[in-house]
Amino acid sequence: MTEVLSAPHSMEFPYTRSTGPMVGAFLTGLRDRRVLGVRDSAGRVVVPPPEYDAGTAAVLPADELIEVASEGVVTSWSWNPKPRLGQPFEQPFAWVLVQLDGADTGLLHALDAPRDAIRTGMRVRIRWAEEPVGFIKDIACFEPAP
Amino acid sequence: MTAEPITGIVTPIRLDYTYTPGTSPSQFLRGMKEGRILGRRCPSCAKVYVPPRGGCPMCGVEFAEEVRVADTGTLVTFAVVNVNFANRVIDLPYVSGEVRFDGSDTTSMVLVQGIPVDQVRMGMRVKAHWLPRDEWDFTFANIDYVEPLDEPDADYESYKEFV
Repeated sequence: MTEVLSAPHSMEFPYTRSTGPMVGAFLTGLRDRRVLGVRDSAGRVVVPPPEYDAGTAAVLPADELIEVASEGVVTSWSWNPKPRLGQPFEQPFAWVLVQLDGADTGLLHALDAPRDAIRTGMRVRIRWAEEPVGFIKDIACFEPAP
Repeated sequence: MTAEPITGIVTPIRLDYTYTPGTSPSQFLRGMKEGRILGRRCPSCAKVYVPPRGGCPMCGVEFAEEVRVADTGTLVTFAVVNVNFANRVIDLPYVSGEVRFDGSDTTSMVLVQGIPVDQVRMGMRVKAHWLPRDEWDFTFANIDYVEPLDEPDADYESYKEFV
């Protein structure tokens, strides 16, 4: 009986994406440690800002972005027991939807907190990366607000 | 200081597989480890498939006979590549070719080297350039590239069904 062959096989696609006016402005804001949203046709402040209105498909104004707070409330969360390569933490952690103060929607990110300390409704704040570059990882993660 | 606005980002996507080849690919890869190009012949239509499959896609019958094919062949078609893709370090422009190794009835995609890009032509006779023997592994990459043979070009009629 011959040995069964087996080998790691990795595929990587280093996509370069154009960000467009809205996501570009959002990422530029992150580089300055500011979180930006946009007001949609229903009057809600949406973070991150979409280029088009979800209800009417109208183009939203990329030059009228609204800064929201870097602190907010967890509106939903999900435990990630087996993080994958490239995710914010190597150890198990929670994905959270955070409604930042001044926003009406949730921003998806990771929360650095023990599982038994996580609750919907808890106050959290952004932990910024040491050197923001204009990418979603400029938000290193969320952490419980004091 | 005013930094430029962000207009683009790089977002790598990565898939990590563990590949376990089946019976026929394993046979092929074991051959490569020994510097041999192996195929299998269809008992019905007599075509030789490289790498070997389990059965003939045309006749629907199981393959039996193992066949070793030559590491010389005919370049049946090719493309001149002017844009490198990530993690590939080959001087541009280069030629990616489809080679029918002698004794095979299929073609394999290989790098063509050893000739200026604008002199590469269909029907050109080529020979595999293998990596040093001590670098051989269970992979087709043991054939680093093919290079021209000092032979007359093959007649179009002899390879037209592979173009």
